[in-house]
Amino acid sequence: MRVVVQEAPFDFGKEAQEFASGHSNMGAIVTFTGVVRDADKGGMDRMVIEHYPGMTQKALEAIAEEAVSRWTLGDVLVIHRHGELRQGDMIMMVATAARHRVDAFEAAEFLMDYLKSRAPFWKKEYTADGAEWVAAKDEDEDALSRW
Amino acid sequence: MDVLYFAWVRERIGIPKEKVETEAKSVAELVEELKAREERYAVAFSDLSALRVAVDQELTEFDASLDGVREVAFFPPMTGG
Repeated sequence: MRVVVQEAPFDFGKEAQEFASGHSNMGAIVTFTGVVRDADKGGMDRMVIEHYPGMTQKALEAIAEEAVSRWTLGDVLVIHRHGELRQGDMIMMVATAARHRVDAFEAAEFLMDYLKSRAPFWKKEYTADGAEWVAAKDEDEDALSRW
Repeated sequence: MDVLYFAWVRERIGIPKEKVETEAKSVAELVEELKAREERYAVAFSDLSALRVAVDQELTEFDASLDGVREVAFFPPMTGG
């Protein structure tokens, strides 16, 4: 299990390749990457992601450990960035390795659902009109109930 | 104890962190003390349903005990991912 919180960009291809090649007897590798899109109202210049340095790493590790306890996984990778990002930048990625694809897919979805609402990150969008904090969505909170 | 604020809570209160001497037994009591201090706290804490709290870097509820606690953080619902 590897959990990384960093400001710098990450190399998705390299991370995915290293993750996939680091295991034997894993029949399924699933990766998900979150990318910065425009603000809903358009015209976004940049996004700044604030986080809680003392808590972020621990919270992500706890979520990853929960995934490992619920599904039969060979490995988990979580990378999440903070700081200033622009449209098209990769914000985060998760990767799961399992003997079978159902475990790998479900665990990746679980990780995404939980780190959206339970990892201490806050997004702020800057447009020509000013800056606005991104509001959490009810459906993101509701998504946790299926697990 | 250290009290930390993040995102718009930090902006409304105007500081990211402060030391607070308190006899409050729970997070809710601490919130009441802070609200009574100054308007900017009262505004930030006016709707607790819009806030989340972590005690010693673990998410918890507003009725959580502050016994032995070193750090309390207030912030809006998280928007990671």
